[in-house]
Amino acid sequence: MADVNWIALGVFLALFGFVSWLGFAAARWRKGDLDQLHEWGLGGRRFGTVVTWFLVGGDLYTAYTFIAIPALAFGAGAIAFFAVPYTVIIYPLLFLVFRRIWYVCHRRGYITAGDFVRGRFGNRWLALAITVTGIVATMPYIALQLVGIQVVIGALGVSGTGLLGELPLLIAFLVLAAFTYSSGLRAPASIAIVKDVLIYITAIAAIIVIPTELGGFGKIFAAVPAQKLLLAVPGEHTTGAYGSYATLALGSALALFLYPHSLTAILSASSGSAIRRNAALLPGYTFMLGLLALLGFFVIAAGVHELPAYAEGFKKFGNNFAVPALLLQSFPSWFVGIAFAAIGIGALVPAAIMSIAAANLYTRNIHREFINRNPTDREEAQNAKWVSLLVKFGALLFILFVPTKYAIQLQLLGGIWIIQTLPAVMLGAYTRWFNAWALLAGWAVGTLLGTWMAIATNLQNTYPLIIGSYSFPGYTAVYTVALNLVVAALLTPIFNGIAGRDLADETLASDYYPS
Amino acid sequence: MSETKFKRGGWSWWYLLFAVQFLIALWPPFYNKVEPALFGIPFFYWFQLAWVLVCAVLTAAVYWATDD
Repeated sequence: MADVNWIALGVFLALFGFVSWLGFAAARWRKGDLDQLHEWGLGGRRFGTVVTWFLVGGDLYTAYTFIAIPALAFGAGAIAFFAVPYTVIIYPLLFLVFRRIWYVCHRRGYITAGDFVRGRFGNRWLALAITVTGIVATMPYIALQLVGIQVVIGALGVSGTGLLGELPLLIAFLVLAAFTYSSGLRAPASIAIVKDVLIYITAIAAIIVIPTELGGFGKIFAAVPAQKLLLAVPGEHTTGAYGSYATLALGSALALFLYPHSLTAILSASSGSAIRRNAALLPGYTFMLGLLALLGFFVIAAGVHELPAYAEGFKKFGNNFAVPALLLQSFPSWFVGIAFAAIGIGALVPAAIMSIAAANLYTRNIHREFINRNPTDREEAQNAKWVSLLVKFGALLFILFVPTKYAIQLQLLGGIWIIQTLPAVMLGAYTRWFNAWALLAGWAVGTLLGTWMAIATNLQNTYPLIIGSYSFPGYTAVYTVALNLVVAALLTPIFNGIAGRDLADETLASDYYPS
Repeated sequence: MSETKFKRGGWSWWYLLFAVQFLIALWPPFYNKVEPALFGIPFFYWFQLAWVLVCAVLTAAVYWATDD
């Protein structure tokens, strides 16, 4: 890869430069006082249906997704398509559950899940558990976005030795950090529009041009080995690949909106109707993600992985190099520049929102709760800006000095951890029945057991649950959150019996729907 | 609270359309097959992609049928 692809690099840099400018200019978009946390960290809650569509789409369907899902299809086959049912069933949850959370957060001025749980259950330690889980689950996710940038920079032929080789990543990172600091959530919101347009152009072009070059879909799927084409039909006494597929989709869906960056994007919407409309409009991205997943099969059919020109890339980035290699092989240089820019910019948007979300959490639910209880608005916003820098810097160090596979494994653990906040956050949106300490105990049990199960299976995301002579391989997150719920439900009457029913709740039933 | 608001935030039968989305999406035996293929795309893939669009329409129906 010593030869730099100058045309592609030129287009890539031009687009990257444009969105960088946009990120800084965004500070003046729908102008607000950026010395207030909800202005910096939630864009003043001013985004309507259209901007919310771009922002949430740009936030949830990350660059890493666009690289990793086709890579999984390429390597493992049909199981990768779980991303489609996963991103189908998130929208009823958005429509029902997270609309209620939007209302109560809007009414009460909450900007994080920690704020909501603190208000709903009046227990700072439960809120702390929710907060720490959110921050810890987000960090490796940011690191993975930087991996996305790394892969496309490598595919453009830019390489070097030691830290010099990481210089492009460093520059991209500095730009990202600077515009997030100065513009807050307005920066990723404006950049998301450009990113999403570029991604749609790339996806549509890829899905039309490449099958034409390869002689049609029939030929492509004929080239896919039979064991990759469908899920393996389960044998007797096991739910087999069916169970894995369904629980991966279900668990990922339940976890998704619990991630701090998802909630940040939802809470920045200007109305509950904007949320409801987006539940019907956002599947547009799911459809595109499904099409992109098929690129993994295009790679197999085109035999790109066997071409010597890409051997070095596959060696360096593994299957994550599959999509970049396919694009290089199939498109003229100028279009490769656009497609790679889409992936690179696609990393900036979620990375920015994730760091803002983590900063909001730290500022509101750790600093304000435990360190300085009465900050001025300005101090609070300033605090969040610094923390957003710190969080990104941590992710950068991680990527530079720790092997990528650890970021992937930590992100996998992150999914198991974040789902443990479901009883307090998602059920909390409907009921105050649970005892706060029982929720905390359920969270602890789920987190510890989930971590143990993940380590026991050598960091696979499914765990082969055995009951009698039956085995149920399934997503660890689903099993552990079920146990978490059972623990919380059993301990609630016990704790209430010991200490008396604690009814601290600053929210009202009418806070959860429009007045 | 005025009487006109008593239904706000409550249950609607339209929400059963969401249950349909969940059940089909999470039942792999239903779509884990090659035939009938469409334009050379196995059923497994084109059905799930088509289901995305159906679900979007179902959600839009719930949006129009229920109050905010």
